[in-house]
Amino acid sequence: MSIDTTQRERADQIPPIPSGLEERGQLPRWAMPGALAASAVVVGVVFAIIGFNVGLWVVLTAVLYAVGLYAWSRAVEGRRKATDRLVTIIVSGAFILALIPLVSVVVTVIGQGIARFDPEFFTSSMRGVVGEGGGAYHAIIGTLIITALAALMSIPVGLLTAVYLVEYGKGRLARAITFFVDVMTGIPSIVAGLFAVALFAIIVGPGARFGFAGSVALSVLMIPVVVRATEEMLKIVPNELREASYALGVTKWRTILKVVIPTSIAGIASGITLAIARVIGETAPLLVAVGLTTAVNFNPFDGRMATLPVFSYLSYATPGVPREPYLERAWTAALVLIIIVMVLNLLARLIARVFAPKTR
Amino acid sequence: MSTETSPGPAPAGAAAPPSTKPVVQAGDRIFSGLAKGAGILILVVLAGVAAFLIVQAAPAFFAPAEDIPGGAGFLAYVGPLIFGTLLAALIALLIATPLAVAVALFITHYAPRRLAQGLGYLVDLLAAVPSIIYGLWGAGTLAVAAVPLMQWLERYLGWIPFFAGPASVTGRTMLVAGLVLAVMILPIITAVSREVFLQTPKLHEEAALALGATRWEMIRMAVLPFGRSGIISGAMLGLGRALGETMAVAIVLSVSGGITFNLISNGNPSTIAANIALQFPEASGLTVNVLIASGLVLFLITLAVNSIARYIVNRRREFSGAN
Repeated sequence: MSIDTTQRERADQIPPIPSGLEERGQLPRWAMPGALAASAVVVGVVFAIIGFNVGLWVVLTAVLYAVGLYAWSRAVEGRRKATDRLVTIIVSGAFILALIPLVSVVVTVIGQGIARFDPEFFTSSMRGVVGEGGGAYHAIIGTLIITALAALMSIPVGLLTAVYLVEYGKGRLARAITFFVDVMTGIPSIVAGLFAVALFAIIVGPGARFGFAGSVALSVLMIPVVVRATEEMLKIVPNELREASYALGVTKWRTILKVVIPTSIAGIASGITLAIARVIGETAPLLVAVGLTTAVNFNPFDGRMATLPVFSYLSYATPGVPREPYLERAWTAALVLIIIVMVLNLLARLIARVFAPKTR
Repeated sequence: MSTETSPGPAPAGAAAPPSTKPVVQAGDRIFSGLAKGAGILILVVLAGVAAFLIVQAAPAFFAPAEDIPGGAGFLAYVGPLIFGTLLAALIALLIATPLAVAVALFITHYAPRRLAQGLGYLVDLLAAVPSIIYGLWGAGTLAVAAVPLMQWLERYLGWIPFFAGPASVTGRTMLVAGLVLAVMILPIITAVSREVFLQTPKLHEEAALALGATRWEMIRMAVLPFGRSGIISGAMLGLGRALGETMAVAIVLSVSGGITFNLISNGNPSTIAANIALQFPEASGLTVNVLIASGLVLFLITLAVNSIARYIVNRRREFSGAN
């Protein structure tokens, strides 16, 4: 008995290790929405006195909410949980902050571009147009031709290279190709444009500007994207499929064409669509390699061509004398471009989902 | 990637008979030749990029100093441009990296499971917007919105050299250009960080939680150390993109010459890429060679940055505990 009591007394003398979580209260469930509403109201009242500003109101509400909830939680729940709550607020806030530009870009482009989003914009070129009217028919045609030519060159090369890397490649050549595809991914778009200019300056003489040069520049940017996307997709085709095909006596190239590629075609098509979406909005290489013209030009091997991004940029950067119609056309061209890119992105998701191989 | 990698008991017949040589058909040879040719073509193209740029840039290196625009030689011409390029990219990196890590954490560890993929797609859309549109948006919306902020910075933080002012009234400053670039590289850094955060071993996370860690402590102890190299390489890839970004800077930045650390005034150094886009359409003669030479410099800078990023990624892949 006596031993027991002394032990218990000793145990009582040792102070309990503070864990920071035990013996603490918890904030009520309504704490987070409640605190948010309270800080919104408080900041709103202050602003009602000194003058209202939506942006500042949102920012100050967020700050007050973060500080207030941290202080409250620290008093009730302790330091560790308070830090956790603070980080949760910061991380969620960062996400909302990151979405603001996306929303703002879409709202700005639609708001500014809708004015000239009319049939005339899609049916007439800028030939002989000064001031109002006119459209981007020539630029849309140019963008389609140049992008199609770039895709025509990039897709076979990219696909075959990916097949080589996954199915055949071993040793130093494959490693060199992998490395240099990585290097190509990092080429700045303006450098690709300069390459096309330098190449054709040597072939056809300096100062030449024509659509095909733009296609060459775009395919320098597009090939590595196609290779990367296709490679990823070919790699996830299970080896069992290849072996089953070999076991039936099918040669390697027919196995690749009939088994491996059909299995991964959904992913490949989606990757190629994304690659097209990436290059269709490129401005800098086309600006230096293709230039701009006001009339429709269907021949990519002769003379300058208009493209949507360059049309938009030059209309904005060097407007004519009544500025407004030029700026309006620039924004509408940007709107058309963003619609094309978004549609291509959605299309890629759709392809990947609809044509995905049935694995189970 | 052929038969020898099959695990376990391979189906009989998958392996070629050991004594005879495998039969190679003509189709096989043609197809593999085509594939190999495409790969070699890529190497040729890249060598061509380097070779043609060097050939066209060479006159700029050897021309007498007074023929170069500015009249003080190539280095004096390209120096402020390199400075501007690095400054704009650095601002973008400093703003975008913490934000991107937070966004990636939100998508992987905070958002409801069901929403996470959709939210990730939303961030990917940011990467799909063409740079010309970011440029128009930066000049038309962000620059205007940033003017009060820059006036505030000048008034209260003007003693810091970065915010010495006088604050631009158009908002077309280095700070705004950096902000636009930050928006553009945010989705790249987010995508890489997100991938790495998702690969964090589940057992590490659950062990941390089981020991009583809060969510943030779990992230700090298990997720961030594991993802550190991923964050670094993502940031480097973003830096490479920011260095080479052309149109957004060309539209947003109001350019007038020299090296300055003042981020909110009208006078800013241009960047290499933006300078090419602005000067090239009207350039002729030696100016073309000078611009191509500056493009070559840009190519080398981005090449170095990207190589470092790839090196970090690959090193991690080899030594990571996840495989």
